[in-house]
Amino acid sequence: MTITEKILARESGASIVQPGDNIWVNAGILLTHDVCGPGTIGIFQQEFGKDAKVFDREKIVILPDHYIYTADVKAHRNIDILRAFVKEQNLPYFYDPGTPSYCGVCHVALPELGHVRPGETIFGTDSHTCTHGALGAFSSGIGNTDAGFIMGTGKLLVKVPPTLRFVLDGKMPSYLSAKDLILHIIGDITVDGATYCAMEFTGSAIEALSIEERCTICNMAVEAGAKNGIIAPDQKTFDYVNARTKKPYEPLYSDRDAKIQAEYRYDVSKLEPVVAKPHLPDNKALARDCRDVKVTQVYIGSCTGGKLEDFIMAAQLLKGRKVAIKTLIVPATRHVEQGLIDTKIDGQSLRAIFEAAGVEPIAPPSCAACLGGPIDTFGRTHGNEVVVSTTNRNFIGRMGSKDSQVYLASPYTAAATAIKGTITDPRDL
Amino acid sequence: MSKAKLIRGPVYVLEDNIDTDLLIPACYLNLVPTIPEEYKKLGSYALAGLPDSFPKFASNPDGSTPYPIVIGGRNFGCGSSREHAPIALGAAGASVVVAQSYARIFFRNCVATGEVFPIESETRLCKEFKTGDEAEVNIEANTVTRLSDGKIFPLKPIGAVAPVIDAGGMFAYARAIGMIKK
Repeated sequence: MTITEKILARESGASIVQPGDNIWVNAGILLTHDVCGPGTIGIFQQEFGKDAKVFDREKIVILPDHYIYTADVKAHRNIDILRAFVKEQNLPYFYDPGTPSYCGVCHVALPELGHVRPGETIFGTDSHTCTHGALGAFSSGIGNTDAGFIMGTGKLLVKVPPTLRFVLDGKMPSYLSAKDLILHIIGDITVDGATYCAMEFTGSAIEALSIEERCTICNMAVEAGAKNGIIAPDQKTFDYVNARTKKPYEPLYSDRDAKIQAEYRYDVSKLEPVVAKPHLPDNKALARDCRDVKVTQVYIGSCTGGKLEDFIMAAQLLKGRKVAIKTLIVPATRHVEQGLIDTKIDGQSLRAIFEAAGVEPIAPPSCAACLGGPIDTFGRTHGNEVVVSTTNRNFIGRMGSKDSQVYLASPYTAAATAIKGTITDPRDL
Repeated sequence: MSKAKLIRGPVYVLEDNIDTDLLIPACYLNLVPTIPEEYKKLGSYALAGLPDSFPKFASNPDGSTPYPIVIGGRNFGCGSSREHAPIALGAAGASVVVAQSYARIFFRNCVATGEVFPIESETRLCKEFKTGDEAEVNIEANTVTRLSDGKIFPLKPIGAVAPVIDAGGMFAYARAIGMIKK
């Protein structure tokens, strides 16, 4: 069996499962946020009754992150719904905005907080829940109804996905990042190339990646339609997890002879920086072939591209240089925000590097303009902006305005573009 | 809720990769689907993310849609897990989506909520229909008929999720099989 099949088998009580089996799977963690949490709670209360208790207080994590810094009345009402429910159910893992426990973007915070453990199952009311497969968990996005069901029962009916294996070998060239790798893959297999499948990433290039970079890869598995992205845990994973949680876990691994649906091989040493042009994540082009594209705004943030290492990459290029266009910096979490101060390159903090380069005032952590959001959202597009963004989706209207165009890119390419004002291959600086 | 299996009316035609930001733009995700007046409001914003060159989907004065049938191409519903997407279609009064293929979470959310039937077509129906054409979808016979000339197009059988759809959604199904109390 593959790692995905083994985790699902263990959590369903079966010794063997096969792709296509429909099985009831135990939820290790149920993750929700401010946009889908209130609806999930609504379903839970409708279906299980006003006095019902959640299946396990320890297994529910609520990380509001989408609409935090907005005057939108309903957005605040929604967070109040979460607060009331947390109080009523006495839930221990609620990271309340406006209090010191607030974290920010759920998919960066969840592993930071030690809620992601190898071999476990995670279901979340957000498509980018697939991120957490980077630590060897089965992790998948679900809707409110399924989440409400889990809240009451601790279980979900899951179809076992077949596995597509992506073997990435070779040495990473300078200025190539995990974002480039996943944009290459999505460009090759297309936005529905992994529909209903598990995407398993392996090979020496994956092993060489940091945990954060592995998260970037698994984060975008859903952009190819996948049910989950997954990477076998290794010592890096254990070191990361053990530094954040004392809870025991039991990792699982794919068998050597596990049956898979297809295998794709890459030599990363031959890959170049890419962008995904409007309006689909599979609309791949080499960054150097887009040099004539004038850009009006660069956005560095989100669960895909707002982690500390993403800002380190951007700062490496922005150090001692000036941005030519509006450049927006949104650290994903409080932890990342603090990291901008604590992390230094040649004695200068990332924050100081960005400020000296002339970026816009750094925003507080949240999803911000990645998905547009309420009208007053930081960085939201309102006209015909051309944006280069480290986020995950470039659909029409995704960042707000239907008339704006979004190019998805790595933090290196985004920073290089900010300096030049046109799409720039970071190797050209 | 269990829905009628014979659906007749004008179709709204879309092509490939209709994403959830087109189905319900994020600025409306402050609406909570389980609050009845907000459920209705979500319906009035169904497909509000489409470029302005498209005819308005929820164009009835009461915010509902005159189109009970939505036709799409490949990978319908790609993107976010926002259940607001199938809910917006259902709340607007649409009963069925007929597309060549679906993104996984959208399909699952259609089934779990029972808001709209997500049916796969054997052929590329977005080339066979234009918005406003009258059609009849027969979910038991697995056909869609173009009423202008009576041409019948085959639909794929609904497959493994049929029991959940027949029950009317995930909770109804779980109660029917004894997973949760009635």
